[in-house]
Amino acid sequence: MAKYLAKRIFYLILTLFIVITLTFFLMKLLPGTPLTNQAKLSKSQIALIYEQYGLNKPVWQQYLLYLAGAVRGNFGTSFQFSDQPVSYLLSSRIGPSLQIGLQAMILGVIVGIIVGAFGAMRQNSWVDTTATVVSILGISIPSFVLAVLLQYYLGLKLGWFPIAEWGGFIYTVLPTLALGATPLAESARFVRTEMVDVLSSDYIELAKAKGLSRTGVIYHHALRNSLIPLITIVGPLAVNIMTGSMVVENIFSIPGIGEQFVKSVLTNDYPTIMGLTIIYSFMLCVVLLFTDILYGIVDPRIRITGKAN
Amino acid sequence: MENDKNILEVRNLQVNFKTYAGDVKAIRNVSFDLRKGETLAIVGESGSGKSVTTRTIMGLNARNADITSGSILYKDQDLLKKSDKEMEQFRGQDIAEIFQDPMTSLDPTMKIGKQIAEPLMVHKGMKKEKALAQALEMMKLVGITDAENRINDYPHQFSGGMRQRIVIAIALINYPEILIADEPTTALDVTIQAQILNLMKELQDKISTSIIFITHDLGVVAGMADRVAVMYAGKIVEYGTVDEIFYNPKHPYTWGLLSSMPTLDSSGDELPSIPGTPPDLLDPPTGDAFAARNAYALKIDTEQEPPFFKVSDTHYAATWLLHPDAPKVTPPAQIVARQKKYAEMQQALVAKQRPSVPVEEEEEQQ
Amino acid sequence: MADTVKLPEDSFKRINADDRAALDSEKIAAPSLTFAQDAWRRLRKNKGAWVSLIVLAIVFIMAFGSLVVSPHNPNAVNPSYANLPSKIPGIGINGFNGTLVQAGQRIDAYKQAGASSKFYIMGTDYLGRDLFSRVLYGTRISLIIALVATLFDLTIGVTYGMFSGWKGGRIDTIMQRIIEIILSIPNLVVIVLLILILKPGMTSIIIAIALTSWTNMARLVRAQTMEIKEQEYILAARTLGERPLKIAFKHLLPNLSSVIIINTMFTIPNAIFFEATLSYIGIGISSPQASLGTLLNDGQKNFQFLPYQMWWPALILSIIMLAFNLLGDGLRDAFDPRTKE
Repeated sequence: MAKYLAKRIFYLILTLFIVITLTFFLMKLLPGTPLTNQAKLSKSQIALIYEQYGLNKPVWQQYLLYLAGAVRGNFGTSFQFSDQPVSYLLSSRIGPSLQIGLQAMILGVIVGIIVGAFGAMRQNSWVDTTATVVSILGISIPSFVLAVLLQYYLGLKLGWFPIAEWGGFIYTVLPTLALGATPLAESARFVRTEMVDVLSSDYIELAKAKGLSRTGVIYHHALRNSLIPLITIVGPLAVNIMTGSMVVENIFSIPGIGEQFVKSVLTNDYPTIMGLTIIYSFMLCVVLLFTDILYGIVDPRIRITGKAN
Repeated sequence: MENDKNILEVRNLQVNFKTYAGDVKAIRNVSFDLRKGETLAIVGESGSGKSVTTRTIMGLNARNADITSGSILYKDQDLLKKSDKEMEQFRGQDIAEIFQDPMTSLDPTMKIGKQIAEPLMVHKGMKKEKALAQALEMMKLVGITDAENRINDYPHQFSGGMRQRIVIAIALINYPEILIADEPTTALDVTIQAQILNLMKELQDKISTSIIFITHDLGVVAGMADRVAVMYAGKIVEYGTVDEIFYNPKHPYTWGLLSSMPTLDSSGDELPSIPGTPPDLLDPPTGDAFAARNAYALKIDTEQEPPFFKVSDTHYAATWLLHPDAPKVTPPAQIVARQKKYAEMQQALVAKQRPSVPVEEEEEQQ
Repeated sequence: MADTVKLPEDSFKRINADDRAALDSEKIAAPSLTFAQDAWRRLRKNKGAWVSLIVLAIVFIMAFGSLVVSPHNPNAVNPSYANLPSKIPGIGINGFNGTLVQAGQRIDAYKQAGASSKFYIMGTDYLGRDLFSRVLYGTRISLIIALVATLFDLTIGVTYGMFSGWKGGRIDTIMQRIIEIILSIPNLVVIVLLILILKPGMTSIIIAIALTSWTNMARLVRAQTMEIKEQEYILAARTLGERPLKIAFKHLLPNLSSVIIINTMFTIPNAIFFEATLSYIGIGISSPQASLGTLLNDGQKNFQFLPYQMWWPALILSIIMLAFNLLGDGLRDAFDPRTKE
């Protein structure tokens, strides 16, 4: 296990290194500089600003400097807010994003499990149909459409929740719902398929032959075996939430990294975009590592060999 | 029909499966008895309805199964009239089942000790510790070495043979009256097969359970069963004691089955086989379902289903060849040899004045 | 007992070979179906998938048919007819009859604009452009982007997956590591980076989506290839000395087709979703071109007062996504022999 963990962490570091390298050189390909209207500036002014951003050094030196900085969590200075280091900008914004992201994930997965399990247990009944409709709608309606609808109807018309503000927990409800819909739908679908499969397996037949009741079979055998594989889709779900958050945070004016990402893209704030790319990648890698380890812990077949397939 | 030696009486069972193309008549009027302490083998090729019969007894048929008629009497109760909830009381307590593939019939994420102990906790309301202690005893009984250390292992840590021993332990933990073994050795290596069969025989004596042994392998039957029922196309075509079926078979299908089984005395390089394939049960043929593959088919076989003809008190066969008007036919040479051997055996027994089969009154079916 | 039954005299004659042939034990009562026929039959039985197929056909015909016939010019600006609500002839329900609530009173917006005789079934936008025509136009752009991106995704993903799975060993490991690295950055982030490099526009969106979304296809195809590779018929083909390329096209590809078709049904809505998100953020299609994403973005600005401007594109987008998802589900079930009832 320790050996496996060491190997995985090594791969994580390697991946991040490649991601940093790639983003750095991709950004070097980009046209444009921190100076939006260069024409108005004199040569010496430009040189000064270039020096401030370290843009006057050879590219390989810039790369090494950037790499050295990135390891220490220093992603340079923002173009947009010229006095702010990217790392400061992002660390002040990651909190709200993590909060609604985690809330959406937990809410989505838990409700998804319930919906999916009930659907599988009552296959082809109205419960199943409802569960299928819920999950297919959740997958088909983009989170930003849902966000606008929630904001308008639950926020503005009914006035149950504040809109486009950021404060306490109550402000997180609508964004959480908007972001949680897809994970809910995806996990409901996944659990249903998985459970239908498990329910037709030989060991469920044997459990029935033992005289276990319907609920006994579900509770003792079917549930665990269909929920373990759910861990494998947590990574993709996290990606989904990250993607969705860029728009949803915008709609609800949440001071998170998703909103910042969009802002930076629109203002060509390259250092911030690079920093965010690395942070997104880091978070995703950690989620993937974590879920792999978790899978190994809960599935006895993998636990022993210490290998994930 | 009341016979207190019978633990299970299946009468006129008919089961259809609803499919897009129509109703598949999987079981067409099947009746048989299971006596206390005996092993009844049900033999037939795949699709003949062996497994559907046992699934119906267990109440575990697929959703699209439709039991159109019949009764299954167990201790004076008709199992077919029981609700799902009531059937749960019987399963794993009175009737237990061993499945074909031990590689897939154990829950991959549950410790085997708990899987063996589960029926005790369900039916006897036993506490976990006590149930596990009993499970450990059962593990030793079915021959799992180092049981103390392995009770907390998971199925994937065991070999196929060991897993089947675990499945047997699960089935026997409540000392069931009836054990249904659905091809329990088919998925195993030949060497392991013998071990498992021996284990089952041994345990049958210890636990005194009746066994319904489903198989397509006549070779396995000889050593295991007391009586044999041969199934073809959803019907029983012949039944009798194991000696009667092996040495004095009357139904051409049984002849075919026996001829296609290699024996030590079988000569020649080529093993005879039964030509053709079983009929499609979506639309079973009129008359004898076996007629099309039967080298001895009579005209009436294509018109009317043969009833059971009595051969002896324990031996019946559904073939028109046994009708008094039917022409005398000579079965394949191998079968003739068997019948000769049987006649000799009988004579020897008569000489010793000891019947090989307990004579008892057997009601005719149909 | 049997003896009591009166039987015809010739009952116990042996039947001859001709009669036996007539019995034909190999007769199969169920109609025999090829794999494709069987899949088609099961797809037709799946109501959701069948309806989706029809809906998609209608959407495609309307979106691409609007190249030829369109109710209005999608780009024709007419400020005096700005922000007119939906008006569908013959429907008197509020919301579809050209009326809207202004200052607490329901008024006929068309009369007010002096366009009583006109019908805009989805209303008009802030520049007085016909929303229906714009939605058709936007749908077309979204579909083109999705289809072209999916086409790339198909070729890259399938080739990559087949190659990786077929070669196995070291090459496979390296190729899989590359996919893992791509997957370790959220797709949308990569797409945004690529678009920034390529300059926003339709081509860059297509390229960016195509370059990022093939990984899933590649993984599925690889897994399937590795499975098929071990089958006897491939071994037979290899033993007979068939060239790898021929094996790939003759044996591998047909057996991969169901996986590929099913996955495509999920790639297309994904691409549509990415495009909509990009346009919604503001780095996708730019004016005067329109896509469902830009229409949503425009509509959202006025959602409080003119909700129909977002409802219509949102509805169409969701219907397309829904139809592809349902069709994908239906195809998956149809291709899976285990779901045979």
